[in-house]
Amino acid sequence: MPHVQVRDLSVWYGNAQVLKAVNVDIPDKQITCIIGPSGCGKTTLLKSLNRLLELTPAARVQGKVLVDGEDIYGNHVDVVSLRKKMGLLSQKPQPLPMSIYENVAFGPKVHGVRSRKELNGIVERYLREAGLYEEVKDRLHEPAAQLSVGQQQRLCLARGLAVEPEVILCDEPTAALDPVSAQAIERRFKELSRHYTILVVTHILRQAKRLADHVIFMYMGELVEAGPARQVFESPSHPQTQAYVRGDIS
Amino acid sequence: MRWRRIEERVFGVLMLLATAVVVGSLVWIAGVIVYRGAGALKLSMLVQLPRGGAYGREGGILNGIVGSVLLSLPATILAGMVALPACIILQDEHAGRNPFIRSARLSLDVLWGVPSIVYGAFGYILMVYMGLRASLLAGIVAITFVQLPIVARAIDEVMRTVPLELKEAAFATGATRFEVATRVVVRQSLPGILTGLLLGFGRGIGDAAALLFTAGYTDGIPASLTEPAASLPLTVFYLLGAPYPEARAKAYAAAFVLLAIVLVVSVVSRLATAKLRRSTVI
Repeated sequence: MPHVQVRDLSVWYGNAQVLKAVNVDIPDKQITCIIGPSGCGKTTLLKSLNRLLELTPAARVQGKVLVDGEDIYGNHVDVVSLRKKMGLLSQKPQPLPMSIYENVAFGPKVHGVRSRKELNGIVERYLREAGLYEEVKDRLHEPAAQLSVGQQQRLCLARGLAVEPEVILCDEPTAALDPVSAQAIERRFKELSRHYTILVVTHILRQAKRLADHVIFMYMGELVEAGPARQVFESPSHPQTQAYVRGDIS
Repeated sequence: MRWRRIEERVFGVLMLLATAVVVGSLVWIAGVIVYRGAGALKLSMLVQLPRGGAYGREGGILNGIVGSVLLSLPATILAGMVALPACIILQDEHAGRNPFIRSARLSLDVLWGVPSIVYGAFGYILMVYMGLRASLLAGIVAITFVQLPIVARAIDEVMRTVPLELKEAAFATGATRFEVATRVVVRQSLPGILTGLLLGFGRGIGDAAALLFTAGYTDGIPASLTEPAASLPLTVFYLLGAPYPEARAKAYAAAFVLLAIVLVVSVVSRLATAKLRRSTVI
């Protein structure tokens, strides 16, 4: 059974319906790219998977998202442990207003890790996994805000990994980065996909082609086509997907 | 084309004039106080209690200085202790368009505009009800009421500028609402919280009306919360109306000290804010 299954998911912002009865399975330990023109509901779909959507005023959700078979919109779901399972990397890096070290230690600390020694280990390990450790090892206690944007995004990746999620949700994670930093992030994803299920929202078709094992194409709030990357890019079955892949709609 | 140039010129001059009025009046007020106050001020005044009869023609203004600090410092702390948790609750990322939050913000706005003499009267009624006489305690309570809406509104405004994306990032690690509020939102707003508290302190230390009935006035220094306390604004108020020129000079000296305290506090806060800003994001 796939880790994450979406069943008849509809979302409204006020009276505007932005997701229309979406059904999809997210394959485990692969990179799934959600593509489609802007405003098609990519980010909404992503944010509905860890219930971050409920921070947006007037958002209303109908349908089911099953994580490990359990509906996350059910009555007895613990949002905290759900979000612990789903790491998030946002469009613009969002370092927390504290030191580099504290950023990575933030998640483990709220989940009860107290021992200094253990925290030191966690911080180093995940900064390494995010490919940042060598650059910052001598200034771990300086404010994270002083890092470059590319470094900040890798720090956010390390912070997300430090709570040991099973799924990593990424919302256009390279949109604010220069090409070199973007490449560094993409390389990380390739390596991390051996251990994690990764979902990447992107509007860059070339990025999706580089990264994706699996592709979801969305258009105007509807899921048009989903399948293995090769199939969607090389022989899309739906005319809208064909048009998007050719670059006729964007 | 020519008309646009004239327009540019005219508005440039108008803006310059407006700036001159603002800066000029500030310099004027400060100038008068410094000129009259610094001249009248002797260092001995800062460490002596008033002597020499009803208007205290001799001696110093130590009673006012100590009284003002004893009134505004605890009031600022109390106002902060109430305002901070209140503002955390007012952040509505979970509550959406909550009518409770909107009415709370509206009431704070209204309270901000209430003249401080009204708080004085309210404090007086409270004081009488509790069987207190004019005292330090009653003065602290009244000043806390004056400061509360100022501090709360200032902190609320700063907390509202914390981007939703930043809170999302913290929530995404599995933090609870309380953890996000205390460890991220408060941390990010710290420079603004400090500014809000100092804004409140400035209002509190400069307020005379709320103290008139509540703290009373004394030539001594209060030894307990139940004794009356003097304050610099009331020192200025009483001495300025005195029939002796020596007493009136002391009034300007008191005003000068008040100005100096507010100035020092703002400078210190600027420095502290700059240091705190280093680790906030954006």
